[in-house]
Amino acid sequence: MSQKFVLGYFDDEETLMHAIEKINATGTKIYEVYSPFPIHGIDDLLGYKRTRLSVAAFVFGCIGFSLALFMQTYMLGLDKWRINIGGKPYLAWPDFVPVTFEGTVLITALGMVFTFMWVNEFFPGATEKQPHPRVTEDLFVIAIKSEDAQGSDVQSIMSSNGAMEVKEEEVSL
Amino acid sequence: MYESPYRRPLITGDDTTYKKISDDIIIPVEAKPTQWWYMGFAVSLAFLALYVWAIGYLLWNGVGSWGLNKTVDWGWDITNFVWWVGIGHAGTLISAVLLLFRQKWRTAVNRSAEAMTIFAVVCAGVYPLLHAGRPWVIYWALPLPNTYGNLWANFNSPLLWDVFAISTYLTVSVVFWYVGLLPDLASVRDRATGLKKKMYGIFSFGWNGSAKAWSRFEIISLILAGLATPLVLSVHTIVSMDFATSVIPGWHTTIFPPYFVAGAVFSGFAMVLTLLIVARKAMKLEAYITLNHIDVMCKIIMVTGSIVGSAYITEFFIAWYSAVEFERYAFVNRMFGEYWWSYWAMMTCNVITPQLFWSQKLRRNITAVFIISIFVNIGMWFERFVIIVTSLHRDYLPSSWAMYSPTWVEISMYMGSMGLFFTLFFLFAKYVPVIAVAEVKSIMKTSAEKYMKITLEKDKAEESAQHSHESHHA
Repeated sequence: MSQKFVLGYFDDEETLMHAIEKINATGTKIYEVYSPFPIHGIDDLLGYKRTRLSVAAFVFGCIGFSLALFMQTYMLGLDKWRINIGGKPYLAWPDFVPVTFEGTVLITALGMVFTFMWVNEFFPGATEKQPHPRVTEDLFVIAIKSEDAQGSDVQSIMSSNGAMEVKEEEVSL
Repeated sequence: MYESPYRRPLITGDDTTYKKISDDIIIPVEAKPTQWWYMGFAVSLAFLALYVWAIGYLLWNGVGSWGLNKTVDWGWDITNFVWWVGIGHAGTLISAVLLLFRQKWRTAVNRSAEAMTIFAVVCAGVYPLLHAGRPWVIYWALPLPNTYGNLWANFNSPLLWDVFAISTYLTVSVVFWYVGLLPDLASVRDRATGLKKKMYGIFSFGWNGSAKAWSRFEIISLILAGLATPLVLSVHTIVSMDFATSVIPGWHTTIFPPYFVAGAVFSGFAMVLTLLIVARKAMKLEAYITLNHIDVMCKIIMVTGSIVGSAYITEFFIAWYSAVEFERYAFVNRMFGEYWWSYWAMMTCNVITPQLFWSQKLRRNITAVFIISIFVNIGMWFERFVIIVTSLHRDYLPSSWAMYSPTWVEISMYMGSMGLFFTLFFLFAKYVPVIAVAEVKSIMKTSAEKYMKITLEKDKAEESAQHSHESHHA
């Protein structure tokens, strides 16, 4: 779904950050910023909360841990057809450590990656929602919804703070 | 973030820009491959064909076509398995452990090292699969309910732990590597046109470089690194337990887990150097994989090599100190028995050669580094051979003592697995940016020669301003 955006193009992350600060001072809401690499400290400037991906990681870890431990306990200790290995204890807990660990790591990693793809709406063949193809090369873009930009002078703020170009365009972001 | 301008630069050249980084790294993906690439690829394919032939022969005739006998029942197959898994470890160490330690030099080498990990683990995985004898029923190793009265797999066995460790390691390495690839695949997509754009578009999953995506990307990289770090340690620990939990003299050693992990990192870094020294030259990436990168990797080889060396000596001492006759014999037999040459090859390559890296001159001499890295690769192969074959060939019963030598099937499978490895690596170098473009860009301002000079000048100007200010007051 395309929409009208005010787009400011920058060629350097430091000028970009400076411009974001200036825009923040006017109270205009920035829709999103696009860059070729992660910029340190931009989350705070844009008011993004810390992602909860790490919480998800913990939950997946717990699931993996329980599944792996239950699997071994069931197969070696609880099942009717458990194997008697030379009369040794059925539930030899120390032996379960490695597989429990591997199971935890496996489920956490896979769960995390799927969560990451899901929240970002990434999937094989997804169309990229980006303002300009060069944002993966050397272009930094601030996107503000036109309706949010109305009545403020963000356009002139951006161009007077190092933007190479500022324009209003219909794009799908 | 401030970085001391007195550190050595990680990107050399006076004309570094974001655009130039993209161009330098992505153009080899866009351009037609060079003649060297075709030649290398053809040779790799020839070895791969040998591999397929040898495996076909093995499957048709059975494991009896290997040189194993009832005394030495683990030979080149398990030696190669451990060797390949070990090589994989450096990739994870670079991409995960060094990420947690915020080492910036990691950015230029992590992509190719992690690719090397994946390919090495693939090569490794084939060996136990075939060693099991009937690979078509390998799923019996998985905990699946079956029709034979639910005979479950035995979770007390390190061999089963290994099944889980290796498959988890491969899976996590692949997803970690792929997530890191997304921004760069998108970068190739955005530069391309036509079919290429479409293909890279499919594989880049719609990456758009938004601040939100980057923020999540950073967190997930950290989490995956945090998972991969203990994972990589666990993998070779478990591989070592295949040996250490047995009651074979020479294997039954508590020192094995740390010793194997150090050895794995040692051999892995040697392989990284062997590959990258060639790749940086062939793909003209000297500005990104600099002498400083090679220098630090040599230091890691020196440290892990020293750990391995002290493990050898400790093992020997403990064998004597244990006062167990069989244990003592196993170690003396290693040194002076029938396989003395493999022991001394191992000692020379693994204990002596890495010590050469105390010299900075050698660490920064590409030819020397390349030769030493080959020596380490050879030495680490012999280490596994020594551990496996010398421990087995003279067991408790002298009437069963035997010698072992590989047949052409084993030799072809070893050379052929190199073919598989290099075929995959050549394809990787052609279709994927071999350096993490976005990550290198993120360290440009702090670690590129050009920008470090600017910072240095600024620092000096500030300092002299302060001085004149102070003297003015005095």
